[in-house]
Amino acid sequence: MYLKRREFIRLSGITMAGSVFIPPILQSCNRIPVSNDAGAYLDHFEVSPEQLHKVINTAMEKGADYADLFFEHTVTNTAALQDNKVNSAYSDIQYGVGIRVLKGEQTGFAYSEDTSQEAMLQAARTAANIADSNSPQKELKIREFQPPSFYSIITPWEEVSIKEKVPYMTSLNEKIFSGDSRVNKVNISMNDSSSYILFYNSEGLLTWDYRPMTYLAARTIMEENGRIENTSVSRSYRKGFEFLTEDLIDGLAKEAINETALLFKAGKPRAGEMEVVMGPGRSGILLHEAMGHSFEADFNRKKTSIFSDKMGQKIAADFITIVDDGTLPNDRGALNVDDEGIMSQRTVLVNNGLLTSYIHDRISAKYYNVNPTGNGRRQDFRNVPIPRMRSTYMENGPHEKEEIIESVKRGIYVDNFSNGQVNIGPGDFTFFVKFGYLIENGKLTTPIKDVNIIGNGPQALADITMVANDLQFSDGTWNCGKDGQSVPVSLGLPTVKIKKLTVGGLNA
Amino acid sequence: MDKNAKYKIADYVINNALENGASQVAVAINDNSSRRIEIREQKIDRLQESIGNSLSVDFYVDRKFSSHSTNLLKEKELEKFIKEAIEATKYLSEDEFRYLPEEELYYKGGAEDLRTIDPDIIKIDSKTKIDLARQIENEVFGTDERIVSVTSTYMDEVSHMILADSNGFRGESDNSYTGLVAEVSVKGDTGRPSDYWVEYNIFYDKLVKTGIGKKALERTLRKLNPKKIGSGKYNLIVDNMVAATLLSPFISALFGSSLYQKNSFLDWKINTKVASDKLSFIDDPLIISGLSSRHFDNEGLKAIKRTVVEQGVLRNYFINTYYGRKLDLPPTSGSISNIIFQNGTLDQKGLLKSANKAILVTGFNGGNCNGATGDFSYGIEGFLVENGEIIHPVSEMNITGNMNDFWNTLAAVGNDPYPYSSIQTPSLLFENTDVSGM
Repeated sequence: MYLKRREFIRLSGITMAGSVFIPPILQSCNRIPVSNDAGAYLDHFEVSPEQLHKVINTAMEKGADYADLFFEHTVTNTAALQDNKVNSAYSDIQYGVGIRVLKGEQTGFAYSEDTSQEAMLQAARTAANIADSNSPQKELKIREFQPPSFYSIITPWEEVSIKEKVPYMTSLNEKIFSGDSRVNKVNISMNDSSSYILFYNSEGLLTWDYRPMTYLAARTIMEENGRIENTSVSRSYRKGFEFLTEDLIDGLAKEAINETALLFKAGKPRAGEMEVVMGPGRSGILLHEAMGHSFEADFNRKKTSIFSDKMGQKIAADFITIVDDGTLPNDRGALNVDDEGIMSQRTVLVNNGLLTSYIHDRISAKYYNVNPTGNGRRQDFRNVPIPRMRSTYMENGPHEKEEIIESVKRGIYVDNFSNGQVNIGPGDFTFFVKFGYLIENGKLTTPIKDVNIIGNGPQALADITMVANDLQFSDGTWNCGKDGQSVPVSLGLPTVKIKKLTVGGLNA
Repeated sequence: MDKNAKYKIADYVINNALENGASQVAVAINDNSSRRIEIREQKIDRLQESIGNSLSVDFYVDRKFSSHSTNLLKEKELEKFIKEAIEATKYLSEDEFRYLPEEELYYKGGAEDLRTIDPDIIKIDSKTKIDLARQIENEVFGTDERIVSVTSTYMDEVSHMILADSNGFRGESDNSYTGLVAEVSVKGDTGRPSDYWVEYNIFYDKLVKTGIGKKALERTLRKLNPKKIGSGKYNLIVDNMVAATLLSPFISALFGSSLYQKNSFLDWKINTKVASDKLSFIDDPLIISGLSSRHFDNEGLKAIKRTVVEQGVLRNYFINTYYGRKLDLPPTSGSISNIIFQNGTLDQKGLLKSANKAILVTGFNGGNCNGATGDFSYGIEGFLVENGEIIHPVSEMNITGNMNDFWNTLAAVGNDPYPYSSIQTPSLLFENTDVSGM
């Protein structure tokens, strides 16, 4: 759905973050002076600093340690192509405020879809019940934090009509169809969203963020002699309309055709344990599942993670450094500020083989007496923030990709996945391989597909014996799910070799 | 928001949309409230309350289609929302199959109350719920030195929905649930396994309120110190709590959208043998107090009990009106309700005894199924079983195969349907499945 920018502003009483602002209406009533940017976001949600303060004081009235307010307004648009036509469209608007109260490690939470003072106070009283004493009223203070800009954009999606997206979608459709005569059907979806975030807490911190997100995805179905194969390809960034280019369309079309065509040649490997070489880029799913989740500090604080007694210990070879980074420009996992008002950062989790940091939110950072890492994230205002990954990747290592493949006598090479999972306590992780190759005597041979690989996180990390110098990031549409909350993430990896993983397959 | 207020908004949206150029409109409005209390280490770890409203609307503008949702329900906001959504719809291509269902397919009202809501849930005070969750934790807290974490949770939700469209359809549904869960983690030599137990009911009075912590601990302790076993072909007994994971790709292959998109390994298999004789299940939306019972689906189509698979023969797909028109098939419904199996005679113990050497699968770890071909591969955890006795836990293994072959290896169905899911699978015994381990 197209919402012109001005109408969008009027529709929901909002203004855009950025260079030009409509003069704030409410700001003239504010007794506390705030910057233009802060004022615009306050106006967007039709609230004043005094109201925020009153809500926070109510949330703290039963003796809490801390409280915060997370305002969100998100508009999402999707257009879909089926049967060679863009013939359906979807949109969603979500608006509200989440009110969270902390007492030690305990959390009280409620939300309101109405940002009137009365509605917010009611939610604050509910969340306040986590504590059970009295607290003195605090004085109003405002400490503004102007977040950095890791996802500056040229054209916001609110200024783009569906009419302008349609040609890119039909062009992608035509390029996929013209690339291979076996193409039978193509489905394309084009999604964009714009989120306005305002954050205020009991420490007086006032910050905000404008978060664009977009993806373009194509599912390609090919048919050959009655056999059907299909692949989904996508690209996703925190970008505006400038995301859509001819290069993007060409790249996606080529990938869709090549990757679907290869599947006709692929079969299943023999079942069992073997050496696994993970190609650069998408294989970052290994880090996300095998280590990343187990490094999340809530699991460690509760002692349910297999890494909960391993801080500071050697858990991998010297040449392995693993990072979780929220500062990659326009990356799907980038954040200017996390959902607890903490500035984003590059966090080194494993440094030259030593476990150096967990992935923290405010609760766990306080528990471990360390600085928060900017990983407190939430699906939306209806959910509490918890430790989550952003962009998780491994730094380059000392080996060459060719050298790694040549070193394998019998194993598999994989670099295309659909999904993964981990059981935190045992540390067993899996990822589903859409496509790969057998490696026989140092050479890639028969293509393979549709097998699950399973391993144990700490063991697999210790079993990474070679890391190449070809780090790549995946710009696919990765979504990470935890505790029923989904957040966008990204990942990356150089080529690595793991001594032993269990590969799904057939038995003689 | 009461029912009348919802119909008032729905009528406003329908009338406003028709005035602004829509030819047909369908509106759903939902309100729900939920409560969740988590106890950990004898303290309230999380106290969460939610109250929300949502509106979703489908616009048909001269056979052009778009669908929208919002939680901003004031008339002023909706007015702009409708106008701009309809304007945007005009830029789309026409689709001759996009229009509201034929009127004879609708639910016309007046049927028996399916009793899917307990209106008294919202009257239960917080202290009672907190005490319930505490009691669950107290069943096991501090009882075994291997325990590293126990979390117990009370949760409930009440929701009310209305569906209305410009053909004059009006329908309402009300739902509730209440549940208690315990999750336990223990420390072993090689890891920290965890497991859970849940009790669930539409009605608070019928909710099982004790024994939940103990069951969760038992289920967790038996998983300590698993071993991987050799690759090979094994009989599998899949526990009733997790067997729905294996049925899900089978059901996905029955949807009209999957058939049309060539993403179904059960394409054009109606009245064909697709599984062993042991597989028979129905979709029954009309069970009194069934978890997914309903009189009408999300299009307003009258809910009808249907046989899906009868002794291995496929009898029905799940087809909504849009894909029904595209595929030239009669619409059934585009979504499942309660999936009920024809049970076998043996309980899980009986199945284990009958299988001689087998793996009892109690959990899946990742994996996927290629919808077009039916090729699947899933991570599993469970137990090695010999002569009906559990020998030791197993983990870090995969099962691999093709759904078309796999369902033909179904050798027995248990008599223990899992009650707390829309897909009420009993324990299932499959023969000679490819398992990868050492």
